[in-house]
Amino acid sequence: MMNENTIQINNPVLSVRNLSVAYDQNVAVKNVSVDFKKNAITAIMGPSGCGKSTLLRAFNRMHELYENIHTTGEIILNGTDIMKLPPIRVRRHMGMVFQRPNPFPTMSIYDNVIAGYKLNGIRLKHSEKDEIVERSLTDVALWDEVKDALFKKGTFLSGGQQQRLCIARALAFNPEVILLDEPTSALDPIATAKIEELLVELKKQYSIIMVTHNMSQAARISDFSLFMYLGEMVEYDKTKVMFTTPKDKRTEAYLTGKFG
Amino acid sequence: MSMEIASNSHYRDHSTARMTKDKLFLGIVIGLAILTISPIVLIIYKLIVKGIKQISFSFIFETTPNTYEAMTALASGERIPGGILNGITGTLLMVVMAALIAIPVGIVTGVYLYENQKKKLAAIVRNTADIIQGTPSIVLGLIAYIWVVKHITMGFSALAGSVSLSIMMLPMIVRSTEETLKMIPNTLKEAALAMGVPYYKVIIRVLIPTGFSGLLTGILLSVSRVIGETAPLMLTALGSTMVNWDLSKPTSAIPLLVWEFYNDPNMVDLIWSTSLLLMGIVLLFNLLSRQFAKSRK
Repeated sequence: MMNENTIQINNPVLSVRNLSVAYDQNVAVKNVSVDFKKNAITAIMGPSGCGKSTLLRAFNRMHELYENIHTTGEIILNGTDIMKLPPIRVRRHMGMVFQRPNPFPTMSIYDNVIAGYKLNGIRLKHSEKDEIVERSLTDVALWDEVKDALFKKGTFLSGGQQQRLCIARALAFNPEVILLDEPTSALDPIATAKIEELLVELKKQYSIIMVTHNMSQAARISDFSLFMYLGEMVEYDKTKVMFTTPKDKRTEAYLTGKFG
Repeated sequence: MSMEIASNSHYRDHSTARMTKDKLFLGIVIGLAILTISPIVLIIYKLIVKGIKQISFSFIFETTPNTYEAMTALASGERIPGGILNGITGTLLMVVMAALIAIPVGIVTGVYLYENQKKKLAAIVRNTADIIQGTPSIVLGLIAYIWVVKHITMGFSALAGSVSLSIMMLPMIVRSTEETLKMIPNTLKEAALAMGVPYYKVIIRVLIPTGFSGLLTGILLSVSRVIGETAPLMLTALGSTMVNWDLSKPTSAIPLLVWEFYNDPNMVDLIWSTSLLLMGIVLLFNLLSRQFAKSRK
C-alpha cells in the first residue's frame, strides 16, 4: 500500500488510506495513504493548486459542506474510522485554524475562546469557563497581552493576536489533532515567528498537521514533511531527511526552487 | 524655482480650453445635483409652512374631528380641533403586525437563498421576490382583500391591512438578508462548522448575529417603505374614526387619513400637518437605517 517514498510511523494519531477528493470531475487529491505521528508537527507542502489544503480539509470532513466535492477512502483517528461517524462528532476532535484569522466578530475575546462550547450548547460552570479561557490563552502566549481586555471584541486585536486567539479557540476543545491551513500566510514576519514558536511548544501536548507553501517554515518547525504535487503524495519523510536527501526528482526540484 | 511646463503655445491654448470645459462640466453636474434634491426640500418646506400650525399636543393625542366640528372651527377662523391619534395607532398596529409576519418569513427565505444560491427553486424565489417588489401595491391590497377580508375576518380589518403590507415588506427583507449574508466571509461559517457546530446553530448564532445590522437596515427600510402606503389599506383596513387595537376590525392609518382629509373640504387643512408627520416618520426610519448601515462598516 505504501510506496517506497514514505516512512513507517508507529502508533499514528491519524491515518489516511486511499483518500481521494474530487471537485465535480476534477480529482484534486489522488489516492493518498499516510500516517501522522502523535505529538509532532507534520508539514504538508507543495506548489499552489497541488491539493494540500484539499487534503487537510478532508481530515475533518469540511468538504461535506459542499455538494460538488466528493471524498472517498478511510480516515482513522486513534483507531476509529471517522468516515463512518457523523461529521459533527468528528470535527469536535479536530481543531482547525484557517489562513486568515477569523475570530467571531460579535463575540468578546473570552467568548471566542469558549465559542466551541457556547455554540454547541454545552453548559459550563463559571469556574470551568474561566479555567478553559485562561489555560487556552496561556497556551498560545496571549494571556498576558489580553487578560485585562477579555471582554473586548476579538476583532480589536492585531492580526497575529487574532490568529493566536483562533488557535486558542481550537485548543479549548482539547482536540486530538490540530489542523492548520497556512496559518501564517496573512501575517507579518514577527507575528509569524511567534506562531511558529508557539506551535513548537504546542506539539508537546497536541499533534499538529499544517499546510504551508513556505518551505523554510516547514524546514524550521516541522518534524515530518509531506510533499504533494498535482494531487499526488510524492514523498513523505522526516523533514531533515527530505530537505537533505530527497528521494524523488520532483521533490528535489521543488526544494531547490525549480518551480513553486 | 519655477518650472516651464507649457513652453509651446499650442499646448497652452488647448489647456485653457480644456479647463473651461472642465469647469462647465462641473457646473452642470452640481446644478443637476441641486435640481435632484430641490423637490424634497420644496416638499418639506411646504409641509412645514402649511402644516406646522395644526401640530400640537392634541394633534397627536386626539382622534379625528367630524366634518361638523371642522366646519364650525373653520367658520370662526379657529384651529381645527382634534388630531390623528386613530391614524397613528392604526399605522402602529398594522406596521408592527406586518413586520411580525414579514420578518421571520423574510429572514428564513433570505437564508435559504444564501445557502442554495444555485438551486432552481432559489432562482424562482428570487425572481418572484423581484416581481412582488414591482407589483402595484393596490393589486397586493386586492389580494389581501380576497384572502383576509372575504374569508378570514369577514369584513375590513387591520389584519387584512397588515397582510397586504407584509407582502410588500417581504421582498426587501429577503433580498437584504441574502445580500448581507453574502458579505460575511465564508471562513467565519467554516470556523464554526469546524468546531462541530450543527448547521442550524451556525446560522442562528453566527451568521445572523454577525449580519445583524445589515438585517436591521433592510427591515427599517422596508418599514419606511410601507408606512406611507395608502392604496392597499383602502381595500383592506378601510379606516375608522376611533382608536382601534382589534385586528379583526376596520382601522385607520396615517396615509389613509391624508386621503380622507383630501376628500373633505372642511378638513383640507389637516392634510399638511398629517403629511408632515408621515414624512417625518419615514425620514426618521430612513436615517435610522442609514445609521445602522454605517455602523456595519
